[in-house]
Amino acid sequence: MMLQLFLLLAAALLAIGLYGALSQQSIVMIMMGLELMVNAVIVAGAAAWWFLAPHRPDGQVLVVVAITVMAVEMAMGFAVTTAIFRARDVDTTDAAADLRR
Amino acid sequence: MQLVVFVVCAVGAVAAGAAVFRVDSMARATFALLASFVFVAVDVLLLHLAYLGVLVILMMIMEMVVMAVFMIMYMMNPAGLMPMSMMHNRRGALAISAGTFVLLAAGILLVRWPARRGAPPAEPTRQLGEALMGSKMLVMMVLGLALFATMVATVVLAQHRGRYDRYGDELERRVPDDPIRGGVGR
Amino acid sequence: MVRQAPLWTALLAGAVLLALATIAAVGRGVAVARRAAGAGTPVAEVARLLAQQRRSTLAADRLLWRSGPAAVCVAAALAALVVPLGRWTAWDSPVGVVWFNAMEVVVWAGLWLVGWGANSVWGVVAGYRFLAQGLAYELPHMFALTTVALGAGSLRVGDVVAAQSGLWFVVWMPVAFVAYLVAALAMAFWGPFDAPAQADLAGGLGAELSGVDALLLRAGRYLMLTAAAAFAVPAFLGGGAGPLLPAWLWSLLKTVAVLGFLVWLRDRLPTVRMERYTELSWLVLLPATLVQALLVAIVVLLR
Repeated sequence: MMLQLFLLLAAALLAIGLYGALSQQSIVMIMMGLELMVNAVIVAGAAAWWFLAPHRPDGQVLVVVAITVMAVEMAMGFAVTTAIFRARDVDTTDAAADLRR
Repeated sequence: MQLVVFVVCAVGAVAAGAAVFRVDSMARATFALLASFVFVAVDVLLLHLAYLGVLVILMMIMEMVVMAVFMIMYMMNPAGLMPMSMMHNRRGALAISAGTFVLLAAGILLVRWPARRGAPPAEPTRQLGEALMGSKMLVMMVLGLALFATMVATVVLAQHRGRYDRYGDELERRVPDDPIRGGVGR
Repeated sequence: MVRQAPLWTALLAGAVLLALATIAAVGRGVAVARRAAGAGTPVAEVARLLAQQRRSTLAADRLLWRSGPAAVCVAAALAALVVPLGRWTAWDSPVGVVWFNAMEVVVWAGLWLVGWGANSVWGVVAGYRFLAQGLAYELPHMFALTTVALGAGSLRVGDVVAAQSGLWFVVWMPVAFVAYLVAALAMAFWGPFDAPAQADLAGGLGAELSGVDALLLRAGRYLMLTAAAAFAVPAFLGGGAGPLLPAWLWSLLKTVAVLGFLVWLRDRLPTVRMERYTELSWLVLLPATLVQALLVAIVVLLR
């Protein structure tokens, strides 16, 4: 039963992160939503490792990948924000919708 | 006992995660996200992943403190002193995320999960290290490459001065002309 | 061999940390008093700050402001948990080295909160200064700790001590030891790294603090310095190893020696500006610690 509890926690975090990523306008706030979603992956990966197959390292490696993804996501996100803010004074996604047209 | 700690931390993580998008102050939002990460790290520690749990705490504190700097740099209302809404399509986002949660929860509760296979290792940290330097070497190499590419890409994107600004049009300067000079005689 | 002590020793670890920090503060007070007559002793200062009324500023973020100084103290106490005293340790964590590093980073968050919460320009600038300092000192510090763990083949502090039974790490990892001491000064914004609390910012982090909060911040600074000095003993100086005297006394003596050296350094070096130190740290100290780690790795492989 504990496995389900951990996965439910992951699902809740993922849903909150998704809500934030979809509803926020500011690029920085969207990144916080994405971080929460990766956070959910960490919980799910760790729980899957411990409750399903602790004799194999796959779950742990997945958590390491998730942590790296988080670092890469944040660094790239801020670099892109800096670049677009410098070029066009833009800090919300609605003001950077060029590709939509 | 473990169940109590888990439930407290799970509720804390979800509540702090929700608070991120509720509070006005950007500093508070950042530290709410940090609180959420720390609660999650405690739950990871409950799963006997001492190294990964502490690593999450270590990394997330550094990341969130750096994030706070950018938040204040790019947000119109960093301290939340003038409440304003920076949202679009709230209803749709709420519906989609609630739907996602219901779908995932249904899957979690309805699927017949397999029984646990194998015994946990005596030292999970050693298991991880040996995997990363052995059978999962490829993962480690890809992560290293990705991190390196990220470093280069972020500097290229965020920096507005190139080598011709620093070393002159003919690249003739021996010492770069930087707005802020460093400490080793440059 | 280092063993896990009963749970109540966690409180003892905190008490020992506090006592050592008090010694450092008193020593510092004596050193200052010798030059400027009439400077209050730390005890009188504590009493004054406890009785002082808290200052309030306009539109301060109370919650974050108050939690900042407390976080610094708590971080130092938690970091000290994994430091063994002779043959006992309050918490024999399998990842003690990483734990110490994580708790030291909590100071970043705490100090930034102190600076931000007061809604004062001095505080915010000081908070940013400390973050720049943190980014500068952290990588050499991490590689110094990595080198220690590499030499011992374990992240458990007890194993690190056991690995030094033949030769102390300070002997064959001198660069890592120097990088560690520099980081110890920087994490307590002490000595040449006190730019975040300098007079050119009207006191910087402490500019708007008063009463209990100011006491907590100053105490936290001493506690963090003490915790860093205490961790240097099991990491580089052989833990409780030594002739004649019992192991716990050797641990204490070595800690006091390192701590005394750090306190003594404070007035011997001028404050370093962060843009200067960052380049020095990344271009000189970081490659040096990497080479040190490489050498240690080769020795470990050949052994």
